[in-house]
Amino acid sequence: MDGLLNGVVMRLTLRATMSRKRALLFALPAVILIGISALLTNTAHSPVWPPEVLGTVGLLVVALTSLLVGGSVLGGEIEDGSIVHLLATPVSRRSVVLSKYVVAVLLTWLLAAVPEYLAGAIAKGAGNRLAIGLLVGALAGALVYNALFVLLTAAFSPSRALAGGLLYVLVWEGLLATLVPGVGLLSVEHYSLGIANSIAHTGALHAGLGTGTAIGMGAAVTALALVLAVIRLSEFSVKGDIA
Amino acid sequence: MTAIELNGVSRWYGNVVAVNDVTMAIGPGVTGLLGPNGAGKTTILHMIAGFLPPSRGEVTVAGHSSWRNPAMFRQVGLVPERDSVYAFLTGQDFVAATAKLHKLADPAGAARRAIELLEMTDAQDRKISTYSKGMRQRIKVAAALVHDPEIVLLDEPFNGMDPRQRLHMMDVLGAEGERGRVIVFSSHILEEVERLSGTIQVIVGGRLAASGDFRAIRRLMTTRPHVFMLRSSDDRTLAAALMRRPAVNAVELTPHGLQVRAADYGTFTREVAGITRDYGIRLLQVSPADESLESVFAYLLAA
Repeated sequence: MDGLLNGVVMRLTLRATMSRKRALLFALPAVILIGISALLTNTAHSPVWPPEVLGTVGLLVVALTSLLVGGSVLGGEIEDGSIVHLLATPVSRRSVVLSKYVVAVLLTWLLAAVPEYLAGAIAKGAGNRLAIGLLVGALAGALVYNALFVLLTAAFSPSRALAGGLLYVLVWEGLLATLVPGVGLLSVEHYSLGIANSIAHTGALHAGLGTGTAIGMGAAVTALALVLAVIRLSEFSVKGDIA
Repeated sequence: MTAIELNGVSRWYGNVVAVNDVTMAIGPGVTGLLGPNGAGKTTILHMIAGFLPPSRGEVTVAGHSSWRNPAMFRQVGLVPERDSVYAFLTGQDFVAATAKLHKLADPAGAARRAIELLEMTDAQDRKISTYSKGMRQRIKVAAALVHDPEIVLLDEPFNGMDPRQRLHMMDVLGAEGERGRVIVFSSHILEEVERLSGTIQVIVGGRLAASGDFRAIRRLMTTRPHVFMLRSSDDRTLAAALMRRPAVNAVELTPHGLQVRAADYGTFTREVAGITRDYGIRLLQVSPADESLESVFAYLLAA
């Protein structure tokens, strides 16, 4: 029987993802975040800037990096058709999805969660509770976001998946979740903030969810998204010629 | 042994019918799916490979439904038409990675053998992005054969190949067929199918138009009435002379020359040169008016 993860699929995914032109974009959000932190640390004197800026901008970086990476690991190969070579082997669809998901999560941790910690460390010092809390929140956020975006690319065309992901991050999370009570229950950003706040303990993060709710909802959404992605990939079909 | 079976299979996209009530059984040896572009060959191959569910009917490979059955790829190799491979890999990496995905005991050895079979050893260490289309086709075939599958499905495998590569690929596939593998390939080029396969399935407009031994079907094609366009130095005299021949059924004078309906392709083409010589007419042009594959298929469909 197939294992949960397939090393060959993971290596192929990593090389395919990083060989695409858009790979240059992956690090851009993190570079901007660290730049902003360095600038504000030297110029801003408000005591609330690190939690507020790093809580919103920093987790937005996690969301956007997940969208770029999580949208590429499967979506890129579906877009250019090379996924057929992978699927024309006995490797289970579950193993394909999970292997690609793990690569996306690891890349997002490297490209967004670590920079989020670095930004927090620049602002408050390496061992600071806020920096560590934001790191853990970002690690958790990457787990949920990537599951969602892998599902989106398994279910929709690449352009629709990207548009749907952007709408979710910018409109649902950026706008509705801050204005409409209860929407935060379906916001990955709020899960991340809830988990970050369990370590940072600061009201300035504006965490709307408790730790238990954040972890429970995050885990449920992740599991559901991955199961649906496996089902979608099991029904992957290519369009043939039409008479 | 029947390796692949289609039983009353149809596939439609919205209101468009791509494959219409096709029933066929394919066994060991080389089988060509022949038909014009857009006839439904690729749709049929995708359904056999499990990359498309039939809208109606059943497709089985080695006795099991092919849809949602990735385990069947232990016995099946697929060469898709789309020219999309992992271009950042070398040819060797690609074939060896495929061997590892199949969990072969000796992936490097299996890759070496498959690459040698396709004569790609010299290019195996180059990135696929530097390959010509013909080389990409060959490395895809090497990857599809790496696990020694009983059944090999190839979608337009000769596209983009030069004549020498084409002949070599035909030899490879022919030899694999003779070893008892089930080789199914699609093509819209009659000559490819003629050279390679004993058995053909002719697909036209989503339907199975003819099925069976290639030579019998070819005979049906060559002895059927053909239409030719002729231009000469004296069309009217030529028309009268042609009508005296039993091999000619009808002649029409048109502004563009003579349209001749010949009863027998072979006899007519042999006789026309002699007629013009006997009457001192200079022949300026002879062109088959209906020699396109589509017209051949239309005839088969009506037959």
